[in-house]
Amino acid sequence: MLRKRIVPAIDVLNDQAVKYIQFRNPTIIGDPAELGKKYTEDGADELIYLDTTASLKNQDLKLDWIQRVAEQVNIPFSVIGGVRTVEDFKNLLRAGADKVGVNSAAVMRPELLKEAADIYGKQCVVLGLDAMPIYNDYEEIIRWEVYTHSGHEKTGLDVVEWAQQAADLGAGEIICTSIHKDGMKNGYDVALIKLLSEKVNIPIIASGGAGKIEHIEEVFTEGKADAALVASMIHYGDYTIGEIKSYLHAKNVNVRLT
Amino acid sequence: MIGIIDYGAGNLHSVLKAIKQLGYDTKLITTASDHTDDITKLILPGVGNAKVAMDVLNSTGLSDYLKARVSEGTPLLGICLGMQLLLETSEEGNVPCLGLLRGTVPEFTDESEKIPHMGWNQVKDVQNHFLFNNIPDETDFYFVHSYFAKPENVEDILGETNYGLNFASVIGNSQVMGVQFHPEKSGKYGIQLLDNYCKQGDK
Repeated sequence: MLRKRIVPAIDVLNDQAVKYIQFRNPTIIGDPAELGKKYTEDGADELIYLDTTASLKNQDLKLDWIQRVAEQVNIPFSVIGGVRTVEDFKNLLRAGADKVGVNSAAVMRPELLKEAADIYGKQCVVLGLDAMPIYNDYEEIIRWEVYTHSGHEKTGLDVVEWAQQAADLGAGEIICTSIHKDGMKNGYDVALIKLLSEKVNIPIIASGGAGKIEHIEEVFTEGKADAALVASMIHYGDYTIGEIKSYLHAKNVNVRLT
Repeated sequence: MIGIIDYGAGNLHSVLKAIKQLGYDTKLITTASDHTDDITKLILPGVGNAKVAMDVLNSTGLSDYLKARVSEGTPLLGICLGMQLLLETSEEGNVPCLGLLRGTVPEFTDESEKIPHMGWNQVKDVQNHFLFNNIPDETDFYFVHSYFAKPENVEDILGETNYGLNFASVIGNSQVMGVQFHPEKSGKYGIQLLDNYCKQGDK
């Protein structure tokens, strides 16, 4: 049976691995390739690198660190952040990335997903989707809205509609980040992940909010996520990936033990 | 010397890197004229669309090259899409493939499973084969695909994986072999499988 994946996310700023709290205040936590190698040895199923240099500063994508990751890591890794064109896909894949994520650029020009999928295949096209809940007067969530530009801009798009459209166009996977949960360590937005997993027929990676192992269990069992992104939990040494997987295995979550 | 077929496949460089890190000499083969007599084994990598890949293999003459080398007894390992291309036809673009193994390549149609089949899944050894040397039965490998190999002869199925149905994840018949997963991205056991392929028969 297909395993549930544990996917460490590594934010990269100026060729260094950093950690943000709610997309702000970066602190350096190491070298992207060395950290990736360490997490691979600890049992990570896949890695996601978020290149915040490119997306925040509108700079050209930097490829040196991606080539170093490709040299040192023998599990799949995605690079997301600042991708705007099919040419960017080409450059990142050629540098060694297995998958390329698009976020804001796909909202602005959805055909980019189709163009990339037609050339490189759906399997390497990842949609980055940043979501924020919309509440009614009784403070109940009525739907979720798509945000872009690292959570700074509201789009008015409905998360489920956008995810379905993106899957139809050519996205092979979705990383859904709940902006209001990110870095808060109080759990994933399980209701949102469950909704997406049920409504969209491509794998969903849950992101934002993991602080305890129980949160990961919950997003798999209740949220039906295909993969869980972990960041703060492991970057600061609170847990190792091995500990997370042993716990999940004991709770009958189908994870790969190494 | 391991010859790696270069027809623009997305995973070419990660396969190349893995084989080099294992200490084998490698050579990229872009056209038949790149062939040298010291090439003792071939690898056909692959990510993407079957029709696009076959168009390139046919227009560059690499299809004929592969068939000729295999008929002379050179081992060939197809990886992911490269494995699917070993069969006779693929439903992806309804394209004739290399026909080095009998069978077809249908699409996953089970509505209850997400497409693509993406992530780590277990390979159950169906036969003893040197590709599985030093790899425990039911080891996890990394898969990403929407189509799967369906060999006509059950004896060509070396390993199976379950995703809504049991499908052939490792196939082979004498010198022609294929794996549906990505050994180059499957951690230490993936690397072990590549080493098993490369060192088989070498002194």
